[in-house]
Amino acid sequence: MDEKLSKKLRILADAAKYDASCSSSGAPKRKADVDGLGSTVGTGICHAYTPDGRCVSLLKILLTNYCLFDCAYCVNRRSSNVKRAKFSVDEVVTLTIEFYKRNYIEGLFLSSGIIRSPDYTMEQMILVAKKLRRDHGFRGYIHLKTIPEASPWLIEEAGLWADRLSINLELPTEQSLERLAPEKDGASIETAMAQMFERIEEAREERRHFSPAGQTTQMIVGADETTDADVLRTSAKLYGHYAMKRVYYSAFSPIPDSSAILPLKSPPLMRESRLYQADWLLRYYGFDVDEIAASGERGMLDLDIDPKLAWALKNRHRFPVDVNRAEREMLLRVPGLGARAVDKIVVARKHTTLRLEDVARLTSGLKRAKPFLITADHHPKARLDQLNLRERLIEKPEQLSLFA
Amino acid sequence: MNLRRITLKNGADLDGFRKAVRWLIAEELAPQHVVFAIDDAPGLFGDEQAGDAAPVSLPKGVARLIEQVVCHHDPERYALLYQLVWRVLNGERDLLEVASDPLVHRIDLTARSVRRDLHKMHAFVRFRRLKGDNLERFAAWFEPEHFILEAAASFFIDRFRSMDWAILTPIGSMRWDRAMLIFGPPASREDAPGEDSFEEGWRGYYESVFNPARVNPTAMRAEMPKKYWRNLPETAAIPGLIQTAAQRVERMIEQEATMPAKRTPERALEAMWDQEPKSLKELNAIIAKAGPLVPGATQAVFGEGPAHAEIVFVGEQPGDQEDLQGRPFVGPAGKLLSKAMREAGIEREQAYLTNAVKHFKFEQRGHRRIHSKPTAGEVKHYRPWLMKELELVRPKLVVALGATAVLALSGKATPITRSRGRARFGAYEGYITVHPSYLLRLPDEATKREAYEAFLNDLRRIHDLAQADLDTGELPLAAE
Repeated sequence: MDEKLSKKLRILADAAKYDASCSSSGAPKRKADVDGLGSTVGTGICHAYTPDGRCVSLLKILLTNYCLFDCAYCVNRRSSNVKRAKFSVDEVVTLTIEFYKRNYIEGLFLSSGIIRSPDYTMEQMILVAKKLRRDHGFRGYIHLKTIPEASPWLIEEAGLWADRLSINLELPTEQSLERLAPEKDGASIETAMAQMFERIEEAREERRHFSPAGQTTQMIVGADETTDADVLRTSAKLYGHYAMKRVYYSAFSPIPDSSAILPLKSPPLMRESRLYQADWLLRYYGFDVDEIAASGERGMLDLDIDPKLAWALKNRHRFPVDVNRAEREMLLRVPGLGARAVDKIVVARKHTTLRLEDVARLTSGLKRAKPFLITADHHPKARLDQLNLRERLIEKPEQLSLFA
Repeated sequence: MNLRRITLKNGADLDGFRKAVRWLIAEELAPQHVVFAIDDAPGLFGDEQAGDAAPVSLPKGVARLIEQVVCHHDPERYALLYQLVWRVLNGERDLLEVASDPLVHRIDLTARSVRRDLHKMHAFVRFRRLKGDNLERFAAWFEPEHFILEAAASFFIDRFRSMDWAILTPIGSMRWDRAMLIFGPPASREDAPGEDSFEEGWRGYYESVFNPARVNPTAMRAEMPKKYWRNLPETAAIPGLIQTAAQRVERMIEQEATMPAKRTPERALEAMWDQEPKSLKELNAIIAKAGPLVPGATQAVFGEGPAHAEIVFVGEQPGDQEDLQGRPFVGPAGKLLSKAMREAGIEREQAYLTNAVKHFKFEQRGHRRIHSKPTAGEVKHYRPWLMKELELVRPKLVVALGATAVLALSGKATPITRSRGRARFGAYEGYITVHPSYLLRLPDEATKREAYEAFLNDLRRIHDLAQADLDTGELPLAAE
């Protein structure tokens, strides 16, 4: 591989890594044509993991990190002194194909700094996707970042070639956007999300290809003062209005040559992880934002225990729950029981009466579940009301950060 | 009772196990009377014994589980599976639903381990291009934990169908020559290429996507266990990345924000927001460059007429003739429209004619290209262009010819029969009538004549509306 290309790749991969999304899931199953290359599997594949524990699934790069925007949190803002580079359309196509042939990646995740104009930038990105699909018969995964400031017809085109589209909201409130991302505007972001949502739904009904893996977004956590409750409220709205497949949370992390107006500290990784757990509760466990928010203090989630456990400790009157009798909805609210474990419980108890050791085979979270659960041979009795229950259930902190 | 010894082949001997099960079930031998052994040369259990045993019918879930579990390297796998089969056939048909059962649980863990290994093989095989070879050929060395070579094959064929590749492992090898898959004997690491010209670039990519502020090797190892590392070219970078992470972050935090050098490129910023097409010509160039958003079409068919026409007519999509000539309304329906416009006193040359969808969507049937109605979603794909077109023409009146045009102009599907007449399309005064092709499709002359008269009446009103000063509300005809 050409050395100049290698150098550019380093710069433009480094510039893209603050986007948390790397998933290659949700595309319809495809196989390569006789002359083509590439396939998709439903859940996606992670081809490697970096020492930060994150998965490498797609070739996640920027077309260029030159940018006319000046978003304070962004390593690529125009006022930053980072090294700059720009790929040609053909260079991105070559890299994608050659990496794919060696089984390094599931496909391409292309984003870009804004050069010349939002339209020009978006056109170049679409051109990459089009060339991959049309000239190389590429059937692998393509995720395109949508530029909400670009003309609406470009979104219409992008979805025809991409498996997934995304616009990062980045900041959960309009005030923060104004302060930290002066060129961005919340209204145009939501207009573009709404446009994508409509087209995705229509195409699904009409069995046509338009961003079949839906759309996602990302919010940065810790760059502004927004509380967890407000972040989750924004998420709930995004899931509800635009059927987001995922809202990613990205702990604001120190960047090289950072802006003077932002906190320079270790990324709030535990906060990020709690937000993901809360997000799961919203989508799969029947919780609403207010319930989750009430489990913490002043709109912030409890960092020592997971939000479901925090909720249960504050709502002890709803427990204990009988594993052999309770409704699925209530079992989902038992700390330590995941949705899959609950499904297994509901099926298994049609044939047998569950004892504690049976439940132990269905979940790895028995320690957390035990004080809240009745089985054929176990009742927590007064233990549920012990004052030190929370302390006893705090997990030993894992090594999450260098700064801990 | 004596123990029955069943000997199966080394590896994932699915066929051998199936035969054994048929025979054992036919003989009504309970699991406690059977031992399974594994040998490269099975002899004690022969085909003749199983030959006439009837197939055993098992629930789908059990059959699928067997296929996975036989790939495991656990020597007890066959015994476990036979216990499962025995219980399923003896009164516990829904046994798999009892996930808490110790046997089901253990078999599930075994199957999961196989599935994980398979998944990791799909993920961690790294092809290297063979050197000194004009043809593009690839090979990879991989060490799976279980006997999953055959099970992994279809994934690689589906994905790399047009490539010539081989995967070599200590338990066997497979080669795909773009037409056929051939399994071969076990191989050794030296049989595969030791390097590839893209590996350095890949390693560079891997190093660059790592964020030192989030270092968490435990999480990495959970998903990418060390046993796989030696066959992954990128893992050579790991120790260095972990070692320098803390330092790199400290440097970032200590470093004061530097002064931006040249930071407000005002002219570039101004030019950035000046991206909208300023004329129909510029808009049409954008449409031409994008290519069709519907299947079919040889070229885009743009709107036609004076840049600031008073009336814009919007049809559905170009037809066969329009597609070939690259002009709107030149086919039979267009001719009928021209005739009616003339009779109603509208000069075609003074009106702007365009379509909701700019490309001819068709299905090829023999030599004929059959018009295919655009779906609602497809119409919407073209909508932003149509809206821009109207913005540039700024007409007094926008006429929707047929339901597709109404959908494109209003964003909503509305039946013509109910909405025919004056309308409002966003900022524009509008009028809804039928598409002229509808008149062509009517079966008998009488209805045709009647419908044509109604269409003509609409056009006369459209003519009058365009003449009137709509802003002052002075209307020649009463609005409905």
